[in-house]
Amino acid sequence: MFQVRLHGRGGQGVVTAAEMLSIAAFLEKRYAQAFPSFGSERTGAPVVSYCRIDDKEIRLREPILAPDALIIQDPTLFHSVNVFQGLKPDGRILINSTRSLEELSLADFAAKFPAGHVRRIGASELASEHVGRPLPNAALLGAFAAVTGLLHFDSVEQAIRTKFAGEIGDGNVAAARAAYEAMGGNGAVGAKGESASC
Amino acid sequence: MLKQIEGSRAVAEAVGLSRPEVICAYPISPQTHIVEGCAELIRSGAIRNCEFINVESEFAALSVAIGAAAAGARTYTATASQGLLFMAEAVYNAAGLGLPIVMTIGNRAIGAPINIWNDHSDSMSMRDAGWIQLHAETNQEAADLHIQAFKLAERLSTPVMVCMDGFILTHAYERLALPEQAEVDAFLPPFEPRQSLDPADPYTIGAMVGPEAFMEVRYLAHDKQLQALGVIPEIQQEFKERFGRDSGGLFHSYKVEDAETVVVTLGSVAGTVKDTVDALREEGAKMGVVSLCSYRPFPLDQLRYALRGARKVVVLEKSLAVGFGGVVASDVRMALQGVDCHVHTVIAGLGGRPITRESLVRMFGRVERDELKDPHFLDLDLDVVRREIDRQRDQITAGPIAENILRELGPGVAKAV
Repeated sequence: MFQVRLHGRGGQGVVTAAEMLSIAAFLEKRYAQAFPSFGSERTGAPVVSYCRIDDKEIRLREPILAPDALIIQDPTLFHSVNVFQGLKPDGRILINSTRSLEELSLADFAAKFPAGHVRRIGASELASEHVGRPLPNAALLGAFAAVTGLLHFDSVEQAIRTKFAGEIGDGNVAAARAAYEAMGGNGAVGAKGESASC
Repeated sequence: MLKQIEGSRAVAEAVGLSRPEVICAYPISPQTHIVEGCAELIRSGAIRNCEFINVESEFAALSVAIGAAAAGARTYTATASQGLLFMAEAVYNAAGLGLPIVMTIGNRAIGAPINIWNDHSDSMSMRDAGWIQLHAETNQEAADLHIQAFKLAERLSTPVMVCMDGFILTHAYERLALPEQAEVDAFLPPFEPRQSLDPADPYTIGAMVGPEAFMEVRYLAHDKQLQALGVIPEIQQEFKERFGRDSGGLFHSYKVEDAETVVVTLGSVAGTVKDTVDALREEGAKMGVVSLCSYRPFPLDQLRYALRGARKVVVLEKSLAVGFGGVVASDVRMALQGVDCHVHTVIAGLGGRPITRESLVRMFGRVERDELKDPHFLDLDLDVVRREIDRQRDQITAGPIAENILRELGPGVAKAV
């Protein structure tokens, strides 16, 4: 089983991101379970969502306590929430930021993980460019597909289009594709030698 | 057709496939997405010949449902938590009048303190109202149970609640299959009401009944539930033959054949319990799981038979009878009257507290070593509790308990799940 925890803020589409991730996995004949951690659902408040992916039925209903991967939609959360809690020693982290790991004060922390497991992508900037609003969730999923090799980009695209129709869908897919390409995705699962199995 | 959709959406679509004629509901978390889904499906024309009636409260929602069902319409509503409490009088009326309304409960705690998260306090508060109460373990089962519920309700002319865990199921995206309309039509024929108000052929329902007949009417309500113990498995079997899925029935047994310790539970936590039991079985523990689907009627004889090999039974429930202990545990003890079997009460997951494998393993270890006191509260923070007990004892003006505890835990912990 591959478990992903997503951290962001209310209004950033954190819950939708987990749902899209589960849809993309479903399209690849996997079992997937996405669910939110509901709390104070105010715009700007910290929000957590989860996605499990497996090759068999998922019965487990506890929150994800030991994730294989983290998607951090807002790097300002580092100051208020322990987003890394329970992350596996060989886990992966994808951060929505154009700042370097040094600037994020994460260089030492990142050094503890295998090479290439802590990655950054300016997803808000890509979303601003392609969607017109800095909503980073779709772009992060494109980047996630590239860095984990867990999903084909086509599945991510289709998942995004089930949530966002028409022009907004086109924009989000474009942002996701740009992020996927920026992270070295080339369409083949595991092509980067970073394939993650579940 | 296989889909990856939210539990609430699946229920809305399953309700739509059941061809309801009146849907009347008032939104409340975590039920909201279900009724929004129903409204959308009616508006888009996916559900035809159905009126969605907006009302000002839950009391009105069920009252309108009662009127619609009494006029012979297939009727659906949904609620949760305080919404169900606000309906309470009508809940009893719907059952007393024998109206086959189907209602989803997106199970949620009851305040105060206000809490939007999942436990079973709401539906348990109405367990004696005369409704059949079915609990879903997964979103697939939730969807399937709704289609079965209309058939069951109409067969016995009695209302049915389908209970599904709020957020954990209602807001979870997972893979599930929804049947085609023609398949559902073949399974669920049009509603033929046992009683219906018609101005062209007027009669009264809901007459005043005095001491001379009230007992008999009540007994017949009880008898209807006893009949349901036979009808529920029949409908489960027919559903299985048509759709290939083993949804519904009185309960699901998992690895109980050789089990010395059996966990009895209900709702979505059964999945976590099964995973935990599988892990413990690899270490040699002889454990099994019974997840109750039908809580009302309560399958006393069938459960006693299923548990005949068990030496210990752990009832894991998301409800608390304050001042007494377990709600479901006391029913299970009734089923095991005269049987040499220790029944443990474990209260867990109140107000959305996560029930983790780690905590379950620790608790099952204590059951194994005969260390568990009854009732046991899973993951209760005893230090916090003791300090508050001291505070309330020592200070006459100690203030409100909930706020004291939140202050003590601090802002970070209060929200962390």
